[in-house]
Amino acid sequence: MWRDVVLVAERDLRIELRSRVATNQVAPFALLVLILFAFALDPDTGVLRTAAPGLYWVVVLFSGVLAVARSGSLDDTDGIRDALRLSGLPPAALFLGKALALAAQLLALELVLIGAVAVLYDAPLAGFPLLVATCLAATVAVAATGVLYSALVAGLRVRDTLLPLLLLPVLAPVLIGATKAFEAAFGAEHIGGWDWCGLVVLFAVVYLAAGHRVYGALMEG
Amino acid sequence: MSDPTGDTPAVTVGGAPLHTGSRATRVLGLAALATIALWALYGLVWSPADREMGDLVRLLYVHVPVAILLYAGAGLTTFASAMWLRRRTPGWDALAVAAAELGVLFGVLTLLTGSIWGKPTWNTFWTWDARLTSTALLEVLLIGYLAVRRVDPSPAGGSVRASILGLLLFPNVIIVHYSVDWWRSLHQPATVTRLDPTIEGDMLVALMVGMLAGALTFAWLLLHRFRLAWLEQQVERHDLVAAVADRRAEGDPGAGTPASSNPTPTEPEAQPA
Amino acid sequence: MELVVHFRAAVALLGRFPALAGIDLDVAQGQIVLLRGPNGAGKTTLLRACAGLVPVVDGVAEVLGADVRRQPRAVRGRVGLLGHSTGLYDDLTVAENVRFWGRAARADAADMAAALRLLGLDGRLRDVAVGGLSAGQRRRTSLACLLARRPQLWLLDEPHAGMDAAARDQVDALMHQAVGQGATVLFSSHELDRATSLADRVVEITGGVALPEPAPAPASAPAPAPEKVVVDVA
Repeated sequence: MWRDVVLVAERDLRIELRSRVATNQVAPFALLVLILFAFALDPDTGVLRTAAPGLYWVVVLFSGVLAVARSGSLDDTDGIRDALRLSGLPPAALFLGKALALAAQLLALELVLIGAVAVLYDAPLAGFPLLVATCLAATVAVAATGVLYSALVAGLRVRDTLLPLLLLPVLAPVLIGATKAFEAAFGAEHIGGWDWCGLVVLFAVVYLAAGHRVYGALMEG
Repeated sequence: MSDPTGDTPAVTVGGAPLHTGSRATRVLGLAALATIALWALYGLVWSPADREMGDLVRLLYVHVPVAILLYAGAGLTTFASAMWLRRRTPGWDALAVAAAELGVLFGVLTLLTGSIWGKPTWNTFWTWDARLTSTALLEVLLIGYLAVRRVDPSPAGGSVRASILGLLLFPNVIIVHYSVDWWRSLHQPATVTRLDPTIEGDMLVALMVGMLAGALTFAWLLLHRFRLAWLEQQVERHDLVAAVADRRAEGDPGAGTPASSNPTPTEPEAQPA
Repeated sequence: MELVVHFRAAVALLGRFPALAGIDLDVAQGQIVLLRGPNGAGKTTLLRACAGLVPVVDGVAEVLGADVRRQPRAVRGRVGLLGHSTGLYDDLTVAENVRFWGRAARADAADMAAALRLLGLDGRLRDVAVGGLSAGQRRRTSLACLLARRPQLWLLDEPHAGMDAAARDQVDALMHQAVGQGATVLFSSHELDRATSLADRVVEITGGVALPEPAPAPASAPAPAPEKVVVDVA
């Protein structure tokens, strides 16, 4: 089973290495949105600095949706869907493998974005253990939820507009939790940063379990 | 040929042809109307105005029940989806869609009453109060569920895709509810639906009557909507029998059954493929 | 003899459309069976139903001893399907595709290498991304993925389409070889001459059902061409 997980993850990552969608399209998009926020909010009054945690996670969510859609589209042709069902790969392995590959890409993206936020918004990076833990938890949460929901809309013609509509409300708690955790890490007081991080971890666990359990049924549906 | 799905397609349901009404719904409907009248009386006339909120508290007698019913609708959708996944009988699927649609309706009512309550109190139509915010998110979740059902190409009677989405609905609702609560509790101690501990006497009665009226209305609407969905499924099953017959007829456009081994004499000679 | 495929009055749906409308079919092990019929008759759906990919809502459908109607997943690892759209990742090379699908099915490295070789893919084409191949080359790659898995039942949807003569001969040889190793082959084709001489049996599919086949000729006479004439209802 874990062999299969690695097999699937390796496949997705290899495809990404060849096609470079995450590096050439998703990352620039994310940076672009960061810049657009500066146009929308006054860059001189310190609003960006204060709002940095929230803005950061919004950007991660939006670019995450793109990355999820890309991950889903890799397997979304008739021939490949049939072949996957026939392949003998356990669906849970397919789910975890895709989530693993997606998480790796998202983590790389987040690393770049943290640097960007530090530079562009003058964000006071601090509290690194909490930052790292939150990033890991949120990444797993987004990856697991994303792979699950992209399987849910697989094969539908309106898949591209439906996915954000389904995914973003579900991820709202992750946005709340991760933002609060980052605020605490950056030095805001009276916020139980680790508690919020815990919420995100809980979310990630719930969706990993859910995806693990229902991915097979979804493939057949 | 026999009905491929195993049960006889019928245009009657439980003896009530082509109607979703029945004695049960008539009784229920009357009871709902009566309770609503009682609700109006208690809410508007017989209960006193609140010490702090004044007459605004009367809105709560509507807002609280409809909010609870919104959550009930979402919960029912999840329950029905889970049962469909277990049993695969179409009735559960009909229940799921009926409950979700009612959820959307009661959600709109919750948002409306909440906004109306907010305007005089805080001089704004929208407050980022925990209840309103999570209700808004809940609405989007329900709308997303209904959107997926609309574009699902599976035959009527339920699909795995829609059921899993429905299954995840209530857990999502819970997570969103508590996250938003916690988030707003940092800033705002009072929420619109926190039951005022001084609600008692006639005010409490008004609220309870409101709950009952809401529940009866919900049940009445649910029954009708469920039956409508059930009838739609029956129609589609009926169509399926006809479609199978048409399909077989494709093979022998003239007279003669597919069991005949002679090509029909009226057909033109074969074209090379 | 064990029937590899046993369908009785099977009805299968594509969405809401009954692509198979009560079909009967029996296939014994070791046979090469040709499915013939007009477009839209249900050949593709029948092949996919044998793989457990299409929901069968009525009748009996058994493949390799498994009840495909109630437990479609039971038969998955033992059948191989070559469909219209190739199940290949355009960004990966031929070898990488075969390796992925092969390892997913726990195939031997030796089998995978042999598959590439038998389909002429172990030379220049080996490390070319599938997206850059011609249609025929893609189908050969798909076939290689199937071959590496050594399925007991081969389901080929127009296997000769898009290939040149040499490749078609190779496909025929592979089918014979598979049967020689105990597999069974079910395939559809519009290439009537080649296919009819290749197949042990021909089954006409039309309107979602299989037409009864002519009785086999007595052993002394040469096998007759099918009596029925295919009516192409355009």
